[in-house]
Amino acid sequence: MNDKAILKPKTARVRLPFNVHKALRTFAAVVVLLCVLIPLSMMVTVSLNPSEENILINMGTIHAFIPQVVSLQNYKEVLQDPYQPFLRYLFNTLLVVFCTVGTGIFINSAAAFALAWGNGGYRKIYLMIIIAVFVIPGEALTIPLLLVVSKLGWIDSYQVQIVPFIASTFSIFLFYQFFSKLPQEIIEAARMDGARLFQIYFRIAFPLSTPVIATVSILGFLDAWNSYLWPLMVTRGTEFRPLGVAMAAFFGTQQAYWGNIMAFAVLMTLPIIIVFLVFQKYFVASVVGSGVKG
Amino acid sequence: MQNQPKLASQTGTKTRRSSHTTQEWLDELLLIAPASILLFTFLILPFFMAGYLSFTDERLVPRPIPTEFVGLQNYIAVMKDPEFWQAFRNTAWFALLVVPFQCAISLACALLLNSELPFRSLFRSVSLLPLVTPMTVIAVIWAALYRIPDGFMNNILHLFGMEGYIDWLGDSKFAMPAIVLLSAWATFPFQMLIFLAGLQDIPMERYEAAKIDGAGPWQMFRYVTLPGLRNTNIFILIITTLQAFKLFTQVDILTHGGPLGSTNTLVRYMVQEGYTAQQVGYASAVAVVFVILVGAFAILQRVLLKNE
Repeated sequence: MNDKAILKPKTARVRLPFNVHKALRTFAAVVVLLCVLIPLSMMVTVSLNPSEENILINMGTIHAFIPQVVSLQNYKEVLQDPYQPFLRYLFNTLLVVFCTVGTGIFINSAAAFALAWGNGGYRKIYLMIIIAVFVIPGEALTIPLLLVVSKLGWIDSYQVQIVPFIASTFSIFLFYQFFSKLPQEIIEAARMDGARLFQIYFRIAFPLSTPVIATVSILGFLDAWNSYLWPLMVTRGTEFRPLGVAMAAFFGTQQAYWGNIMAFAVLMTLPIIIVFLVFQKYFVASVVGSGVKG
Repeated sequence: MQNQPKLASQTGTKTRRSSHTTQEWLDELLLIAPASILLFTFLILPFFMAGYLSFTDERLVPRPIPTEFVGLQNYIAVMKDPEFWQAFRNTAWFALLVVPFQCAISLACALLLNSELPFRSLFRSVSLLPLVTPMTVIAVIWAALYRIPDGFMNNILHLFGMEGYIDWLGDSKFAMPAIVLLSAWATFPFQMLIFLAGLQDIPMERYEAAKIDGAGPWQMFRYVTLPGLRNTNIFILIITTLQAFKLFTQVDILTHGGPLGSTNTLVRYMVQEGYTAQQVGYASAVAVVFVILVGAFAILQRVLLKNE
């Protein structure tokens, strides 16, 4: 997928009189932008308002989207709340994503390389299984998986959120697609020079696969920030709880104020928005790449 | 869309050395083993466990009584449980509402993005924001928008002269549509990007030919764009439906499956039975039914796309 192409308009230049169409399109685009921005700007506006009373009065009016006051009071309260250790949650989430993605990159690409350039006759079957497994929704396996991890004694830990998700058929498949397109001459030449299979993987193929590494990392990052069902079941207290579950728990507490809830939401969303803005080009390519599997 | 994967080392000429040393086999084992062990333990094993456990009365916490084989009892119980059918209907209803709604929005936005706009790149960046916002955060934001009696959604309706208010999340008539609205908002950019990629694969020549034939914008869309998107359409319909089947997070946070079970979904029902009620055997039967449903859909996708 050439991501540059996606970023450039390819329009059939149908010139119309007075450009009525362009005006209509612009209007439609503005409507879409408003629909997207209203909920997000409400989150930010409410989070900046220190007065809960004032928030409740303004919640359904225009003042809910345009900040009148800018105060970091709610943020201070959220970050200092002894019962909701936000920084701990952030650390937990980052640790989980870092370990899952970091080890996953090596383990999945290694398997993919063996499938693309190994010698075993098992490889065709293996690939078939990998592609067949795409179909199984992860959610369906949570209950037996819960039994597996509780037998391992992993409930309420970091590894229970990391280890089951390191190997991913989807990223093996993405790496495989990339490796199988490598020119045979490169691999053969390295073999002639006496390089072992592992060396070819580690010194040649792996360093070349940066686009796939970027894609897999971005999707892994998104997954970690969105994960909810699994950590909800396997974490008990605040110690290993990730952001998603913490957000829901905080929202569910009776005495929580909207201002603090929204400050928590902004703090949770900020890191991923920053990552998105920095890697937007890769992000678009990886979403499209992830969509075109099968 | 290849169903016979070609192996890179088998392509090209057949001048491969056939003498593979032990060293090379060891290397290959070293490369493939870690992923294989993990996949087996956390994917293949749970998959077969679900099948096996669904015929037993296994519980989450070990009991003094050993686990017994109960045959089809779980499946019969699932089929008899009105709560399961309610969850099934709700999930289907959600899919039926969200799929056309979300696909229409995504396609419209993709067409906008693919045309000349004065602020295209801004439009693209902003419209992707919901996709990177975590679902838990989105649920919380929409809880505020749906507030009664004077939240944003109700006040909009007041502008149009509505009396009273709609209890969006507390009224069983409106709870599912409310979930549909926020779900569409949350994930439409994903389909939009895939539509966009599909639009850009349509050769320009077709548009130019249509223009020479004197086609207007609507005819262009009807006779060039839509046929050109045929594969993309099928793919997006399937993937959006599969996404809809997995509905859980939004519902769990906003309505807890209520009111009166009107937003309980298959995944939530399964978690309820397997985790909250600890009936692993029973929940495994639900999981098997769920996998069969999703699998049937995926096979449908294969069949539809193979006809190309």
